[in-house]
Amino acid sequence: MKSVEVNSERRRFLTTTASVVGGAGALATTIPFVSTLTPSAKAKAIGAPVEADIDDLEVGERKIVKWRGKPVWILRRDDAAIDELSELDDDVKDPASNTEQQPFYARNEYRSQRAEYLIVLGICTHLGCSPVYARKGEGEAHRLGADWKGGFFCPCHGSRFDLAGRVFKGVPAPSNLVVPPHQYLSDTRVLIGDDSAVVQS
Amino acid sequence: MTKRLLALRDWVDARFPLLQLWNDHLARYYAPKNFNFWYFFGSLALFILVIQIVTGIWLTMNYKPSAELAFASVEYIMRDVEWGWWIRYMHSTGASAFFIVIYLHMYRAMLYGSYKRPRELLWIIGMLIYFTLMAEAFFGYLLPWGQMSYWGAQVIISLFGALPVIGDDLALWIRGDFVVSDVTLNRFFSLHVIAFPLVLCGLVGAHLIALHEVGSNNPDGVEIKDNKGADGIPLDGIPFHPYYTVKDIVGVVVFLIIFCAVVFFQPEMGGYFLEANNFIPADPLKTPEHIAPVWYFTPFYAILRAIPSQFGGVVAMGAAVMLFFFLPWLDRSPVKSIRYRGWNYKIALALFTLSFIVLGWLGLQPATTAYTWMARLFTLIYFLFFLLMPFYTASDREKPVPDRVT
Repeated sequence: MKSVEVNSERRRFLTTTASVVGGAGALATTIPFVSTLTPSAKAKAIGAPVEADIDDLEVGERKIVKWRGKPVWILRRDDAAIDELSELDDDVKDPASNTEQQPFYARNEYRSQRAEYLIVLGICTHLGCSPVYARKGEGEAHRLGADWKGGFFCPCHGSRFDLAGRVFKGVPAPSNLVVPPHQYLSDTRVLIGDDSAVVQS
Repeated sequence: MTKRLLALRDWVDARFPLLQLWNDHLARYYAPKNFNFWYFFGSLALFILVIQIVTGIWLTMNYKPSAELAFASVEYIMRDVEWGWWIRYMHSTGASAFFIVIYLHMYRAMLYGSYKRPRELLWIIGMLIYFTLMAEAFFGYLLPWGQMSYWGAQVIISLFGALPVIGDDLALWIRGDFVVSDVTLNRFFSLHVIAFPLVLCGLVGAHLIALHEVGSNNPDGVEIKDNKGADGIPLDGIPFHPYYTVKDIVGVVVFLIIFCAVVFFQPEMGGYFLEANNFIPADPLKTPEHIAPVWYFTPFYAILRAIPSQFGGVVAMGAAVMLFFFLPWLDRSPVKSIRYRGWNYKIALALFTLSFIVLGWLGLQPATTAYTWMARLFTLIYFLFFLLMPFYTASDREKPVPDRVT
């Protein structure tokens, strides 16, 4: 056998290029594996707007509608409840709704298109639980204090929201409840998930 | 007959290091002779892993990982499958037993300084096992598709959503949908029955290899390898087999008596092992009024709730688990075992134990103002145990450590 002198420089070059090319290939292979975990076309397609009837809603009553798999609340408030909102301005984090948690038409002191109806996503902005509705006077029963003016509290981590879905200070939730895009089809019907008519007008 | 068997053994041994493995890990693996009660839990954890894998395989034969069918298929297992209730209760009780045993196993390391040099890597591999186990338990908890399954998963996935910038996309990627749905359930099933058990078994193997490399610590925290006889065997060591295999079998028998008592008489353990709300099918529109994770996550859950900031809470909760990784370097004491440590560490460990238990209890309670303040106090103690450790262990007044085990 003939003794061959080892060209270590060439050997190192070949090892390096082979490692880089092989490594790039292995890295590229992760793309399909990571991508299959993202929402499929089917999951993306299920997002159609839903219609809700608000004719039968009593004052102080709340209706839950399912939109994109999430609960949307429609709450009917009376004038007294709306007037009381301003008394809580010092107790809530974002009284004027400066954070983008609502379409422009709900950026007002009562956070809704029509003052009478509060329409919000019933998902706590902290970690996604659905808060519990506690009416005025039910504060004691839910350990919220006797001066509870009505609103929502999250059973998971104790965040609290008022009747306009505004988050109180000193609770883990960072922002107000989200107002989904919506429009009124008539005085008794509302469409959740589509606000094209409002935006155009 | 014996001759034949010996011949077969030799035939295998010429092709596979059977005898060598047996000797290295059992018959000539020398463990300290002074193991006590606290040293049962390592082998018990291995035993429970076997229970979980076997009952898990059997559950998979009847379970259906779909949002439509999952809840009903679990009820089918409970009511219609012969002995199905037993398989399922073994698995659900096994999950809680796993965490009880692992927590005691970790606590042993904190009592006797088992994480200290040269066992830092052994400790880190152990912590990775604990991490994997938490993920495994979390994925498994979604599968029955009850109310607690659903909202528990919703909260934990939202934790990732609280991270800045990438949070929302990350949570979406984990769920594979805009809400926790059939897609999420299906992938959690895959992770629970294939991916994480494989990782767990690999890590357990690495844990044992690392353990047998450095050798076991003991209640005195003395290295038995420092005192070897003329034959090279540690003077204070005894072969693992038969001495500790027999001891561990006694541990398994006692464990099984308690375990079976739970499986047969208290499988729900008053709502701690199987929560009442999980007997209601998942409802994406309504969170149960009293929601709490299973008991083994509640200390960290209480810490999450105690911090009045979303991002801060998530960071604190992550840090509460991660800090364990750094114990080998936070602890500056020259002494391993609590037997020879000074009062500083003894008091600190007592306070830590108390805070872990109180936080665990608080995590099960509703978040009232008084409880939240209590959680804040004990969260502070919890973190100070770790963060002040370099100072109070360095200034501690230790007792003299003997040369040999006592």
